[in-house]
Amino acid sequence: MKEEGKHKKAKKYGMVINLDECTGCGACMVACMAENNVPFKEDESNKLDSIAWMRVYKLTNGKPYPEAEICYLPRPCMHCEGEHGHAPCVSVCPATATDYNHETGIVSQIYTRCFGCRYCMVACPYHARYFNWWDPVWPEESTKYLSPNVSPRMRGVVEKCSFCFHRYQLAMDKAYLEGRTVLEEDEYQTSCAQACPAGAITFGDLNNPEHKVHQLAKPDNKHGGRPGNPNVFRLLERLGTNPKVYYMSSREWVRQAGDNYINNEDLAKNYRH
Amino acid sequence: MDSALIPEGVKRCSFGKFAIGIILVGGVLLWGVYAMLLIWLKGLNQTNMNDFYGFAIWIWADLGVIALGGGAFFTGFLRYVIGKDELKNIINCAVLIGFICYSSALLILAIDVGQPLRSWFIFWHANVHSMLTEVAFCLSCYFAVLIIEYIPLILENRQINKVPFLHNLAHNMHEVMVIFAATGAFLSFFHQGSLGGTPAVLYGRPFSFREGVFIWPWTFFLFTWSAAAYGPCFTLFVTRLIEKITKKKLVKQNVIDLLAKISGWTMGTYVIAKIIDTWYWATVTAPARGFNLIDFYSNNPFYGIWILIVEIVVCGIVPALILLTPKGRNNSTLLFTAVSLACIGVLLNRWVMVLQVMAIPVMTFETWVMYIPSWQEVATTVLPVAYGIILVMISFRYLPIFPQERELNP
Repeated sequence: MKEEGKHKKAKKYGMVINLDECTGCGACMVACMAENNVPFKEDESNKLDSIAWMRVYKLTNGKPYPEAEICYLPRPCMHCEGEHGHAPCVSVCPATATDYNHETGIVSQIYTRCFGCRYCMVACPYHARYFNWWDPVWPEESTKYLSPNVSPRMRGVVEKCSFCFHRYQLAMDKAYLEGRTVLEEDEYQTSCAQACPAGAITFGDLNNPEHKVHQLAKPDNKHGGRPGNPNVFRLLERLGTNPKVYYMSSREWVRQAGDNYINNEDLAKNYRH
Repeated sequence: MDSALIPEGVKRCSFGKFAIGIILVGGVLLWGVYAMLLIWLKGLNQTNMNDFYGFAIWIWADLGVIALGGGAFFTGFLRYVIGKDELKNIINCAVLIGFICYSSALLILAIDVGQPLRSWFIFWHANVHSMLTEVAFCLSCYFAVLIIEYIPLILENRQINKVPFLHNLAHNMHEVMVIFAATGAFLSFFHQGSLGGTPAVLYGRPFSFREGVFIWPWTFFLFTWSAAAYGPCFTLFVTRLIEKITKKKLVKQNVIDLLAKISGWTMGTYVIAKIIDTWYWATVTAPARGFNLIDFYSNNPFYGIWILIVEIVVCGIVPALILLTPKGRNNSTLLFTAVSLACIGVLLNRWVMVLQVMAIPVMTFETWVMYIPSWQEVATTVLPVAYGIILVMISFRYLPIFPQERELNP
């Protein structure tokens, strides 16, 4: 009975990325590409048209040596909730090829329904959506290593990070077989979270107080999931996208880099912390 | 050679001269068709679009031709619904331009999508929250209306009209045209508006985002209003261009004057609304999201504040003032300048609402990204222009597009 009650409560999977711990090694990007059969080009030097569901940005505080500081910021899809699931990309898709799952909070992409209008890419301020400009081609020997759980995408459609949704499905299948309807925290983890050697990425259910992500971010669901932890912030919070990826840093300049402020703006008055 | 097909009582250039013209423009058309096939066969990697520029020159061209083609619905509305009878002398030209513009828009969309064979999904799996869904439905329906409006014109060809059934069909279609004109105006209100809503609902893009009323952002109304204002200017522009090329007066001054005057008033009120919208956006909407107006116009090699001045002052206030004064409307040079500026203005507005939106960085650690179209994109954008010129040439030669031509050129 207790188990059923828990099952009915909607989950809200999300991430907290500790930017003070991220070394910018790129293991999350590699793990993501391998896990999700992300195609690559022979020449990947033009980053404007290459696909990276997880992209690591390099931020600087703009100061000269010796005050110069850098920070690496991994950016998966933010799985925005917007207001009531109206994520920026979901509400604009004319063919309902992208969807907000209210059970998990995950924004999906239905590749076989997408007809490649790219309106969702235009709508996403995080550049988390990628278009397949080319047919996906892998070197012949590496096709053996493609994941059978993730369908490769065809030319002409949009793709993006799914929070490794196939892992959620597999974990749920296993749980059902064992007569459970609720997953343990470690039963469903994204590949990037598992691959991070510094342990900078924490993944879990933001609605579950027992999960570490909830304890780190302390999301305030009455105010669009805003973080209660003063060191935690979300990218472009002011736009109202209500993302489920939270960032954590003890450095003020890093937290400020997460959003836009006009000159002389009273941050305390206009913004959270 | 083809004199039996030419309307009675009008003079046309020799068939040879006409054929040379068609061949020359046809060459450009073929260039566009070649590029189109390349894109369909090899994919959108033939373009210079990228993951920053999901929308680029085609979507601009799409919005542009739909705005310029707005003369068809607004002139039709004035002629049939409001009852401005004089406009019957220019409505055929407006319908022809509308037909060209809307068929071009549909063609461009068919080239633009990554999976053209799945285009029907937009109707089958329609998402009622998406502005593009509304655009697709209204655009398709309005194009059907334009076909219905264009058919009687074809049936008025000298030879076709000899067939009694087709003659009567054309006559009866004219009789019920008020229904289609009203339907066209209704549909146009929504698809022009939805196109305005397309960038404005992007709440992740502070440059294009606009507040509004109920589900409609302010640009919903601004786009419809601007199409009504600037569309007739394109009709006047094309009419004047045909007059210059054929060295003939085709439409009486009182007709030109009336359409120009209405366009002037519509444009004047639009520009006032646009200034209010810009002011509110610059002082309230954008700052609430952490942006100063100047952030959208600095730190890049192209998009300066000049673009706002050119759009609103040079291509908005100036043509509106010319069109609002009888002296401006009666001076053919001033009139031509005004309608040309107006056409540039509306195209610039659509450019800004598509391309500049893509160029501006939203995350603080990103930079402006510029875009130059590939030759394939240019060729496929020129393709509808060539197609339009050919259709105008054929229609002008064989159909009574301008009813006053015979009277003005005895």
